[in-house]
Amino acid sequence: MKFKVDNNEVYASTGGRPFDKKKPLIIFVHGSGLTHMTWVLQTRYFAFHGYNALAIDLPGHGLSGGESLKSIEEMADWVAAVIDAVGHKQASLVGHSQGCLVTVECTARYPNKIKTLSLMGGAGAIPMNPQLLSLAENNDPKAVDLMMDWAHGPAGHFGGHPVPGLYHINTGTMLAKSRTIQNTLGVDFRACDNYKNGFEAAKKIKCPTLSILATDDKMCPVKEGKKLASLIEGSQVDIIDNCGHMMLLEEADRVLTVLKKFITTNYPPLSS
Amino acid sequence: MSDKKKELKPNTYKFDTLSLHAGYQPHKNAGSRQVPIYQTTSYLFDDVDHAAALFNLERGGHIYSRISNPTVGVLEERVASLEGGTAALATSSGMSAIFLAVMTLCEAGDHLVVSSQLYGGTVNLFRLTLPKFGIKCTFVKPRDTQGFKKAIQKNTKGIFGELVGNPGNEIMNMPEIAKIAHEAGIPLMVDATYQTPYLCKPFEHGADIVIHSLTKWMAGHGSSMAGILVEGGKFDWMQNDKFPTMTKPYEGYHGLSFAEEFGPTAFTMKARAEGMRDFGPCLSPQNAWNVLQGIETLSVRMKKHCSNAEEMVKYLMDHESVAWVSHPSVPDHPDHELAKKLLPNGRGSMIAFGIKGGKEAGVAFINNVKLASHLANVGDTRTLVIHPASGTHSQMDEATLKFAGLSHDMIRLSVGIEDIEDIKNDFEVGFRAARKPRLVSNQ
Repeated sequence: MKFKVDNNEVYASTGGRPFDKKKPLIIFVHGSGLTHMTWVLQTRYFAFHGYNALAIDLPGHGLSGGESLKSIEEMADWVAAVIDAVGHKQASLVGHSQGCLVTVECTARYPNKIKTLSLMGGAGAIPMNPQLLSLAENNDPKAVDLMMDWAHGPAGHFGGHPVPGLYHINTGTMLAKSRTIQNTLGVDFRACDNYKNGFEAAKKIKCPTLSILATDDKMCPVKEGKKLASLIEGSQVDIIDNCGHMMLLEEADRVLTVLKKFITTNYPPLSS
Repeated sequence: MSDKKKELKPNTYKFDTLSLHAGYQPHKNAGSRQVPIYQTTSYLFDDVDHAAALFNLERGGHIYSRISNPTVGVLEERVASLEGGTAALATSSGMSAIFLAVMTLCEAGDHLVVSSQLYGGTVNLFRLTLPKFGIKCTFVKPRDTQGFKKAIQKNTKGIFGELVGNPGNEIMNMPEIAKIAHEAGIPLMVDATYQTPYLCKPFEHGADIVIHSLTKWMAGHGSSMAGILVEGGKFDWMQNDKFPTMTKPYEGYHGLSFAEEFGPTAFTMKARAEGMRDFGPCLSPQNAWNVLQGIETLSVRMKKHCSNAEEMVKYLMDHESVAWVSHPSVPDHPDHELAKKLLPNGRGSMIAFGIKGGKEAGVAFINNVKLASHLANVGDTRTLVIHPASGTHSQMDEATLKFAGLSHDMIRLSVGIEDIEDIKNDFEVGFRAARKPRLVSNQ
């Protein structure tokens, strides 16, 4: 579906079901340089089971208009504005990687709007490798290739996509290269690198929170994810073996199972 | 220390490693080092919810082996990885892969621009069979790059061709034709069976969909029929209103829009969800496994195929019984320079040559070689020969033969990986017979 925030068109996948204001809202926030399509193996399930599942394209990404937002704080405010724009008062947030920084900050800033928070491959800070940052800001496609290399665990490098016939790394690469790299990945990486408020924001979060971490995650290692989770009151942690940072694709079923249990328990769907 | 200055390089697996490993994780298959053959029609659902989720494409997994199968899935991922594609869909043959690609792209009333130099079966599909489905085609000679542009109509949905034409070895200027296709907002589909991804990765030159008959060099052993279509993932189906079946809600899956939902894998998702469901040209797991065995040695075999082919080109060019030789490695081949660009790892192992003495000599040659096999296939590890005018293209009339660039003296040679001296010795027997057909036939 398309709607407007700050006069810019926003695209959000609804998981294949029409948006219905009566249903509780879940917003999925993608990682650096990526799009709503990274969530396809999570959103469709929720959309068919009593929720409005909105996988958004951040401004300047995927099918959304406008320019990429330059800070995590701006993105957090923008996500809160999305909740308003679609006519809801509250939502559950699900973030991946950079999306975790955004959703943590958003939850801390707007505690009354957020029902639950689910973090995948999250950390309190994501300092960027200077070379990687420079490559992305200089529009070098190598930045995407490096990101896809580091984002997949050893098992994920062999493939084994849950959807028959799809090949992880090349699909992610195409998503990240679908728009000008320096305007998406470059801006996102800089925003991650600049963001310093993650740990302080985490301390303010009171809603039910889940962290899904992966043992082979090189981008946001388990140690960093646990550190963030330890600062959030009552946070649950689930750790996936043999899996890298792209857990939502590499171990999509496991992620969905854990996410389903967590969200339906804490934020029940609309009964049919 | 020195790490700060070290240039970062992606450590994703390279071609030879992917040939052996891509698409398969032993730890999810009882530790089996070899890919298991999942010889089953169907798969247990955990519960009703799980079944519904699979049918709604809410989660990945297998339902019924007509739609997908774990062994076939390994093959699909492996080929996608080797091609640099986002996704692939394996089929029962190369022809069914072409048909599925066309039916995923087109509907009645649509039009395609097609290279005229194609395998005979493919010509018949485009010329005679697709019109029965309301899909019309305009044929253009592969070297007539601007001809592809001129042939595009309002209802044209794509351009199709063999990268190196069968059997005349004419090469499409893929980068230029891709530009023409993309300017018109349509995809370029390329049959790259003759090249395999070892010799050429068409996505790097602008192609959007790549098709292979896996029966040929990819498998190599000549034991199993298989085909595949591979998606590059770059083509934007939403850029115009030409592809409503990709972009509009699809009734068959609760109003799903394949392009919106699956983006760089939308074509494959639609081909599987609709095409495999409704047409059903599925690949058997046994044949998928057989093809996987071949792919494991793809680069090793292709090197030998190409080196033997170049030796045979030299041998044929110097031979008194040979009127002409067509192979992209020949310096005066019209596409020699283009071949260097598109086929940097070797120019392939298909040679066409004209035998002095015309049709009669050709028949004598074919009937007298012993090591080379006379059959309707290419890309076997064994050397194969055929006389197209009386074999693969025999269903064409004289005018169509001429348009396809065929002549009655043409012999199509698929060079195998035997010892090169043995192939040459065998050809000597054939040429002797061709020079004295009556004498040999009386022996």
